[in-house]
Amino acid sequence: MSFLKLSHLEKSFGASHVVRNFNLEVERGEFISLLGPSGCGKTTVLRMVAGFEKPDVGSISIAGKDVTALGVRRRDIGMVFQAYALFPNLTVAQNVGFGLKVQGTARSEISARVQEMLALIGLPDKADRYPYQLSGGQQQRVALARALAPRPKVLLLDEPLSALDAKIRVSLRNEIREIQKALGITTIFVTHDQEEALSLSDRVVVMHKGVADQIGTPFEVYNAPATRFVAGFVGTLNTLEAEVIDAATGTVALGAQRLVLDRPLPPGPVTLGLRPEMLHMEGGPAYLTGRVMASDFLGSVVRVRVDVAGQILALDQFNSTRRAPPRVGEELRFGLNPSDVLVIAPAG
Amino acid sequence: MTRAAAWAILILGAIYFILPLMGMIEFSLSMRRGEYSLDAYRIVLADPQFRRTFGYSVMMAIATIVVGMLLVVPTAYWVQLKLPRLRPLIEFMTLLPLVIPAIVVVFGYIRLYNTSSWLPLTGSLTGTNILLMCGYIMLGLPYMYRAVDTGLRAVDVATLTEAAQSLGAGWGTILWRLILPNVLVAVLSGAFVTFAIVMGEFTMAALLNRPAFGPYLQLMGANRAYEPFALATIAFAITWACIGAMQLFTRFSRQGRPT
Ligand SMILES: Nc1ncnc2c1ncn2[C@@H]1O[C@H](COP(=O)(O)OP(=O)(O)OP(=O)(O)O)[C@@H](O)[C@H]1O
Ligand SMILES: [Mg+2]
Repeated sequence: MSFLKLSHLEKSFGASHVVRNFNLEVERGEFISLLGPSGCGKTTVLRMVAGFEKPDVGSISIAGKDVTALGVRRRDIGMVFQAYALFPNLTVAQNVGFGLKVQGTARSEISARVQEMLALIGLPDKADRYPYQLSGGQQQRVALARALAPRPKVLLLDEPLSALDAKIRVSLRNEIREIQKALGITTIFVTHDQEEALSLSDRVVVMHKGVADQIGTPFEVYNAPATRFVAGFVGTLNTLEAEVIDAATGTVALGAQRLVLDRPLPPGPVTLGLRPEMLHMEGGPAYLTGRVMASDFLGSVVRVRVDVAGQILALDQFNSTRRAPPRVGEELRFGLNPSDVLVIAPAG
Repeated sequence: MTRAAAWAILILGAIYFILPLMGMIEFSLSMRRGEYSLDAYRIVLADPQFRRTFGYSVMMAIATIVVGMLLVVPTAYWVQLKLPRLRPLIEFMTLLPLVIPAIVVVFGYIRLYNTSSWLPLTGSLTGTNILLMCGYIMLGLPYMYRAVDTGLRAVDVATLTEAAQSLGAGWGTILWRLILPNVLVAVLSGAFVTFAIVMGEFTMAALLNRPAFGPYLQLMGANRAYEPFALATIAFAITWACIGAMQLFTRFSRQGRPT
């Protein structure tokens, strides 16, 4: 029995159907990301878990208890918002202790817990500051401590890092993950940043137009995308329109070039997906040839754009002192492994 | 506009306001023939009638502010949180007291709540006091509501509310511990305006026949020479003290806060 279970959730606002048949089972202590473009319904799903929105259809259970009809206050969740949402009139310590105070916890117990939480987020000396005296990153850490202090069953974070600048974003996301692991708290993390989702999560839910297109580990979602949308949204993907000319061996034609994919494919047009880092300038076993259209030296990486039978492919190569980057206009033969090639379901 | 013209207008305006004021103060000090004295003030302050009416009006003003804010803060909060579409309507309603003369309202009150009505408020002293307080709240409403609404707009009411709810807080806690402290400056500035209005109000108190400061001012004005001017100066000083306090609170609360 999973710890947090969302079954058949549906939600509409007026005429717009924002969440459709959403199902998710989260194990205790698991870190799950909801990943998707703006407006795909991530926040709405999170708000239904929190109890701020009522699903039109479906049910939510936490720790085996159906909470669908329960109000926010009784759900035992901790929430972190994009805009920090610290209480401006309270000190850091009062903010962190707010949930416990509301529950009527004894004063001595509150201050002990506040100290513990402030140590956990690395701000033990900021207890008496007011939110406006802290940096954005510090405020968000306090917001995390505030959400965790009452020991919620589930932690919900809605794009907690998007208001911060890039450097702090990376360090804070790792910190969040460490704290989450240390406490073993079941967590749902909403983001539209795929790098965040892939690097932090036990599993990622890729959402598209209110539907969970794929639920899987970062490895699965990246290497075996279930839909064309997932393939395109997660990571950079080259797509190539090709024609299957031999169904049994999976041989496809790209203009005059042939590629044997070694798997049965239905005859006719097909869309292939190739990650830039799966294409190599040397080695095979299979090869394609194209004309170099652009060659960008980015330091550790060289990104090359190649025209293969009228379609542009990007290749990423690690910089090497032994080989100069290809020149624009030259013919480039590059290798790939047929098993790395994704066959993408037709758009539907 | 040229600088000179601007200065001319400013000076003209100043004369328009200050000259009568100076005349008033000067006259209030001239009770003794041939020299300035505070005799008029002494007489006024020693008058038990003054103390009674002044005390009554202060109590009424405080009651008006407390009850008015208990009404206005939750309403403005709720409108902002749940009914933002109704805001123009509510704003229009709170502005009505500015265009409806107080005398119309009082006659309405007296008709609605007279001794033979369904709620005979005018039948008892307490009832009449309550009725008068309601009238005062209405007079102060445009200022109280504006001030609080503006204060609320400066904070992210919706997110703060949700954060508090997720931590288990109920509506009472949210309003008392989070919303009110964050709009306190706004509440205070609304309160000072209301205080000044109540201290000088005449029509309602006179028609409901309550011993307020306004009718007392009028009574003195009709019967004495110097004392009314001393009273007017005192009333004026109260108003200015209120405005000064408002400024002070606003400035004080901004200190050190990046906004
Ligand atoms: N309270 C609401 N009333 C009406 N429509 C809403 C409401 N909340 C969300 N929506 C709509 O539902 C859709 C999904 O919104 P949601 O906030 O869940 O998206 P999201 O995936 O979180 O996007 P973002 O990355 O921009 O935060 C949007 O089109 C939005 O306009
Ligand atoms: Mg969102």
